[in-house]
Amino acid sequence: MEALKQELKENIIEQLNLEDMSVEDIANDDLLFGDGLALDSIDALELIVMLDKNYGIKLTDPKEGRAIFETINTMAAYITEHRSK
Amino acid sequence: MKKVYINSISSITPQKTFDNSEFLDEVIIHENQVIFAVEPKYKDYIPPAAARRMAKGIKMGVVASKLSLQEAGLEQVDAVITGTGMGCLRDSEKFLGAIINNNEQYLTPTSFIQSTHNTVGGQIALELQCKGYNFTYVHGSNSFESGLLDAKLQLELDEAQNILVGGVDELGDHTTKLNQIIHHVKEENISSLDVLSSKTKGAVFGEGASFFVLSNKKQASSYAEIISVKMYNTLAQNELSETALHFLKENSLKAEDIDAVVLGNNGDIEFDGYYNLLTSGIFSNTQQVCYKHLIGEFNTASPFGLWIASKILKTQTLPEVIKKNNIKTSSFKYILLYNMYRGENHSFTLLKSC
Amino acid sequence: MSKGVAITGMGAISAIGNNVAENFQSLVESKKGISKISKIDTIHKDDIMVGEIAYTNSELEEILGLSPGNNYSRTGLIGAIAAKEAIANSGITNINKYKTGLISATSVGGMDMTEQYYYNYLETDTNRRYIASHHAGDSTQKIAEQLGIAKSLVTTISTACSSAANAIMLGARLIKSGQLDRVIVGGSDCMSKFTINGFKTLMILSDTYSTPFDENRKGLNLGEAAAFLVLESDAVVKAENKNVLGYVKGYGNANDAFHQTASSDHGDGATLAMEKALKVAGYTAKDIDYINAHGTATGNNDLSEGRAIIRVFGEENVPEFSSTKAYIGHTLAAAGAIEAVYSILALQNNVIFPNLNFKTQMKEFNITPELKLKEKELKTVMSNSFGFGGNCSTVIFSKEP
Repeated sequence: MEALKQELKENIIEQLNLEDMSVEDIANDDLLFGDGLALDSIDALELIVMLDKNYGIKLTDPKEGRAIFETINTMAAYITEHRSK
Repeated sequence: MKKVYINSISSITPQKTFDNSEFLDEVIIHENQVIFAVEPKYKDYIPPAAARRMAKGIKMGVVASKLSLQEAGLEQVDAVITGTGMGCLRDSEKFLGAIINNNEQYLTPTSFIQSTHNTVGGQIALELQCKGYNFTYVHGSNSFESGLLDAKLQLELDEAQNILVGGVDELGDHTTKLNQIIHHVKEENISSLDVLSSKTKGAVFGEGASFFVLSNKKQASSYAEIISVKMYNTLAQNELSETALHFLKENSLKAEDIDAVVLGNNGDIEFDGYYNLLTSGIFSNTQQVCYKHLIGEFNTASPFGLWIASKILKTQTLPEVIKKNNIKTSSFKYILLYNMYRGENHSFTLLKSC
Repeated sequence: MSKGVAITGMGAISAIGNNVAENFQSLVESKKGISKISKIDTIHKDDIMVGEIAYTNSELEEILGLSPGNNYSRTGLIGAIAAKEAIANSGITNINKYKTGLISATSVGGMDMTEQYYYNYLETDTNRRYIASHHAGDSTQKIAEQLGIAKSLVTTISTACSSAANAIMLGARLIKSGQLDRVIVGGSDCMSKFTINGFKTLMILSDTYSTPFDENRKGLNLGEAAAFLVLESDAVVKAENKNVLGYVKGYGNANDAFHQTASSDHGDGATLAMEKALKVAGYTAKDIDYINAHGTATGNNDLSEGRAIIRVFGEENVPEFSSTKAYIGHTLAAAGAIEAVYSILALQNNVIFPNLNFKTQMKEFNITPELKLKEKELKTVMSNSFGFGGNCSTVIFSKEP
């Protein structure tokens, strides 16, 4: 699980071009949207593709992403439960 | 009708032009057929959260607009008008490349969103929280001039008082390659100093962004008054001189009244004939100024011509490196700009000192 | 200075018709042109529905009488067809008799060809003639050539889905200010893999017929179209004794300055655009008889636009409104032009076109689009077009100057 969380942080920083950030800057329970990292709806779409491409999880409704992408913890838990690759 | 003034200028080009305290004091001699913009420190102007998705063209455009606002002493404008011939080329290439390379799978939205032609205009509006009029023109070498005309109409009729008008185009690797195989880009490397006397086909390709605050209120920083802008989708060589004279006549001027002509020569032997007609004909005794040898050719290179003309009128100086001939000129009052690309989309812009 | 901006001709090609008459017939018969995609090979073909123009490129080339070596993109081809219809409809025989310009709008330009030959260009020279027709201004130059417009003001606007509305706006201003006596305005956008995949990544494409202003709307159908209007000054109308189809009475463009793609929750930009257009027309909200809404059938647009309409008109006083995008799909940069043609057809025939596929009232407000073809004496029609980059435009058409 910790390895997955580390991987998610690295991928988020790279995929979303968070140039000034490093893995250490993101805590597992930091809010990714809103007050925390302040990601937006375009980032949410990027994360949906990441789920599909890296873990074989397909979301059809962007609204589903809200709860899943709340924090690194929620993402890792969802992926662990639903991943097909 | 109100008069229209250029109250501030800014230009990011393959020369170090973003510092307005200089006027081509230092010139970079490029040796390639594709030359890239000298970039300012974007971080000084764009917050990281906004910058993270921006390709070079968008960054150049946003920074140029900020520099221009700064110089005009404004925090807000009534309208933002942008010209771009090729749009956000890097993001277009990125998204299209991904579609083809990944067979339409695992595509992400960012480069698609950023590839829209009005991204720069939209980003400027977002950053300024400017809810006013926001247009983007995408018509080859008349992209910027279309915006100039639009802004001028609004200011003359006092529908707006301050308008940000600019042009931006960025180089994209694949598109450059395509322009090389059809010889729109020169085949050989060439020095900036030799471009204008080149005897080969094609141009040196460049990139850049320029923004201006146009206003119907003159202020201490004003550079010039814009008297007239006119565009022509087509123009045959044998109609050019007559059309130029007619344009001047509409503004109650003759060729002799013009103190300098700023021309868009790019060293393409196929098309420079247009400019040569003017320089060896009706403007043979006029001071001739060229600039594309320094920044390359791109659809919105012509606003750098406007930057130069504005500088000449305000400073009453003319750097050697952009002189095509040497005419003793005691003072610069009227400057005429003429530009076109590959025989299409011609424009005349007339400026007066103020 | 011309006071009025008269519309004296129009042309249109879309998924529901190859000319204005065919489009009108489909509109009154509630016949939509949405189907599975047939002309583009895409892996999404079973997940999306689109509005395609019936003609193939070679059929379009034949109609235009183009030689085999031409380098028209599909955007240029359909644009030329619609623009020529507009000129013929206006009865223009000598285009250069008056100062005539052309303002077109496009978002894809020549992308349809670029995406087919992107890498192939590097290998063989068979299709390289299309390299130079990629840029957005190329289709406009071609249309100008087809119309015989030379040595004149020709330009292209690209502000995403509000582009053609903005072309109409600029044209009207050029007539009013006396820069031009006559101007052909409109837009053209063909279907492309680029836009299909782009909208797919935004997850706003419906897998079935789009349902504008419906509570359960699932997103938009993409469409392709071209449409043009001939705008003429009072002086030309008088001198040529022109039949006037309607007038461009008001227009407004504003920026939402909220988000790159999404509209603000309460439609600030849309509200401003409608208010500006009313002001230019010298109207108040109650002067509007019908609204041809942007109504893309995305969750975001219809809520934001509906709220903006309520802000401008008051929830009790919203006139009949409908989105015609369920007929032809969202035709992007051409939408403002084809919907202008539909608005003028509505005015001419005193009829409001239905908002197809609607079933369930949206819960956020109480306004409901017009669901059946309705006859009503119309004096004015408002048309909305909103695009990426926060670009919001409204044009008002009227029967009287």
